[in-house]
Amino acid sequence: MSIEIRNLSRQFGSFVALHNINLQVNPGELLALLGPSGSGKTTLLRIIAGLETADSGQVLFNQEDSTTKHVRDRHVGFVFQHYALFRNMTIFENVAFGLRVRPRKERPNTREINRRVTELLQLVQLDWLADRYPHQLSGGQRQRIALARALAVEPSVLLLDEPFGALDAKVRKELRAWLRKLHNDMHITSVFVTHDQEEALEVADRIVIMNRGRIEQIGTPDEVYEKPANPFVYEFLGHVNLFHGRVHHGQAWISGLKIDVPEHAAAEDLNAIAYVRPHDIEVSRAINGESALAVHVVHILSIGPVVRLELMYGDNPTQHTIHAAISKEHFRELQLVKGDQVFIKPRRLALFPNHDQEQLIY
Amino acid sequence: MTTIPLLQASSAPHKILVTQESPWARWILTLLALSFLSLFLLLPLVAVFFEALKKGWDVYIAAITEPDALAAIQLTLTAAAIAIPLNLAFGIAAAWAIAKFEFRGKSILISLIDLPFSVSPVVAGLIYVLIFGLQGWMGPWLREHDISIIFAVPGIVLATIFVTVPFIARELIPLMQAQGTEEEEAAIILGANGWQTLWYITLPNIKWGLLYGTILCNARAMGEFGAVSVVSGHIRGLTNTLSLHVEILYNEYNSAAAFAVASLLALLALITLALKTFIESRVAQKTSR
Repeated sequence: MSIEIRNLSRQFGSFVALHNINLQVNPGELLALLGPSGSGKTTLLRIIAGLETADSGQVLFNQEDSTTKHVRDRHVGFVFQHYALFRNMTIFENVAFGLRVRPRKERPNTREINRRVTELLQLVQLDWLADRYPHQLSGGQRQRIALARALAVEPSVLLLDEPFGALDAKVRKELRAWLRKLHNDMHITSVFVTHDQEEALEVADRIVIMNRGRIEQIGTPDEVYEKPANPFVYEFLGHVNLFHGRVHHGQAWISGLKIDVPEHAAAEDLNAIAYVRPHDIEVSRAINGESALAVHVVHILSIGPVVRLELMYGDNPTQHTIHAAISKEHFRELQLVKGDQVFIKPRRLALFPNHDQEQLIY
Repeated sequence: MTTIPLLQASSAPHKILVTQESPWARWILTLLALSFLSLFLLLPLVAVFFEALKKGWDVYIAAITEPDALAAIQLTLTAAAIAIPLNLAFGIAAAWAIAKFEFRGKSILISLIDLPFSVSPVVAGLIYVLIFGLQGWMGPWLREHDISIIFAVPGIVLATIFVTVPFIARELIPLMQAQGTEEEEAAIILGANGWQTLWYITLPNIKWGLLYGTILCNARAMGEFGAVSVVSGHIRGLTNTLSLHVEILYNEYNSAAAFAVASLLALLALITLALKTFIESRVAQKTSR
C-alpha cells in the first residue's frame, strides 16, 4: 500500500511541529523518518497512524483520502518505543488480542487464532515464551513480541516509533538486521522513526531527514550521505569537520588552503562554510603540492580497522580540532605518535556559500 | 527488579551505617512511638470490645439484634451499597478522563473531587438541608410532589455519596497517569473498541488500586457520622445509621449496648485494615517483580 502526505501541518500552541509536509511512501518500501528530537518525526508518524490529527493537509492510503478515518479502520500496525505490551496478558494473549477483539463475524475460530499466533511467535523466534508475561522478558524480546502483535492483524502498513530506542547497543544492532530481513521477506510498506543516523542509513530504503517540522532532504542512504542537500543534513549525518572561509570566482580559501570549487564559479567574494568528512582528509608526513595544513596529532584512537586521529590546527586562541580517519595500513606507514606534526588536505569537501553557522540550530 | 544489598558483603562484626543512631536513641524512639500508639490507638480499640462484652455475651447479642439496631445495620449497608457503586462509576470515569485526556477545566475537576476532603462533613450535611430541606431551595417543590429527602433515606445516601466521592478517583488518578495511554493506543490500533479497551486493558491494569479505593470508600461510607447526622433527623428504626445509633444509645447511658454496636464498626475497621494491608503487599509484589 502506498502512503501519501499532502500539505500536512500541525501546531501545538505556538510550537510548529509540522510545517507543510509533502511525502510519498512507495508500496513495499522501508522508509526512515530521521531527525533530532523535536523535529516532528514522531508527530508525523502518529498522524499517519491516526493517533494524532493534523491541523490541515491530507493523509492518503492508496490514493484514498484517509485523513478523517478512525485509527481502527486504517489497518495499520504500530510498534511503540516502549513496547506498550499489555502487562496483564501473557505473550500469547498479547499477540492474539487483535484477532480476539474482532466482531464475531470476522473473528477467526480458536484453532485458527492458535495457529496464527504460534506462527507469528515462530516468526519472531520467541514461541517458547508464549506463556510468560511481558515483565519477564528482556527489552529486545519485548520489542519482537510487539512487532508480532502488530503483524497479527495483517496490517497494510507498519509504523514503528523509535523501535530500538530503548534497547542497548548490541541488541539494537541485532534487531536492526533482523528488521531488515523481516521486511525483505514480507514487503509490507513500513515507516520507522529514529534519531539514530546509523540506524536509518543501515536499515532504510529511503530516508526522510526532518528538522524543526520541515523535511530537509529525501533520498536513499547513499544520496543523503554522499550528497547532503544542505548544511543541516551534512552536520546531522555522521561526523564532519567544519571550516570557515571565503569563496570567490570558483576558488575557496579555507583556513589558509586554496581549493578549486568550479561549481561556485559565479560566487563574488562570499562568506562560506565547508564540510569535510573525517575519511576525506588526507594525512601525510610531508607537504605534497603547495596547499596543505600543518597540524599536530593530539590523540590517536586505533581500535578496529579505522584509526581515528584528533588533530590540532593553529595556536591559541584560534585553535581548532580536526578529526581524521585513516586506514590501519596507512597509519602504520606514517608511524604516527602523539605530538607529531603532519600535513593534511581535504580530498573532497562540500561548500555552502553565504551560510552562517548560527542558522544551524538543532 | 532486584534490590541492591547495601553493605551486606562486609564481614566485619560491627556494621556501621552512616544513617544509624546509637542503640539507646533507637530504643527510646521506638518505645516512644509504641507507647503513643498503644495509648491512643490500641487501648481505645481494646476498650471498645471490653466494654461491649462487660455485661456478658447475652447482653451483647441482644444489643445488636434488637430491631432498632438491625434497622440501623440495614440502613448503613443500604447507604453503602448505593454509594459505592455510584462512586465506582464516577471514580473510574473521572480518573480516566483526568489521567488519559487533556481538556479545559481539568484542574477545576480535580479540585472539585477534593472538595469533600476539605469541607467539614457537617457543612456537607447542611448543604443538603439547605437545598432539599423544607425551608430549602427545592423544599416547596419536593413537598408538592410528596418526595422527602432530608430526614429520610435519600438524604442519608446523598450525604454518604458526598463524603466518599474522592476515595476511588484519588486512588486511581496517579495510578492511571503513571501507566500512560500507550497500552490503550495499542489496543485501539489493533481494532479494539472503547468498551473492549476499558474491559481488557484499562480495568485489569487498575484492579488493585480500584479494590483499595473501594475498601477505603466502604469504610468511610459505613462509619460516616457528621454529614449523615445533620440530614438524618435521628428517627429510630428509620433514619438511624450504625454510628448514629451508637450516639443515641450512649446518650441514654446504655453504654453496654452502645459499645456493642460500636464494636461492629470497630470490627469493620479491622477487616478494612487487614484487606488494605493484603492489597498493599500484593501491589508491592507486582511492582517489585
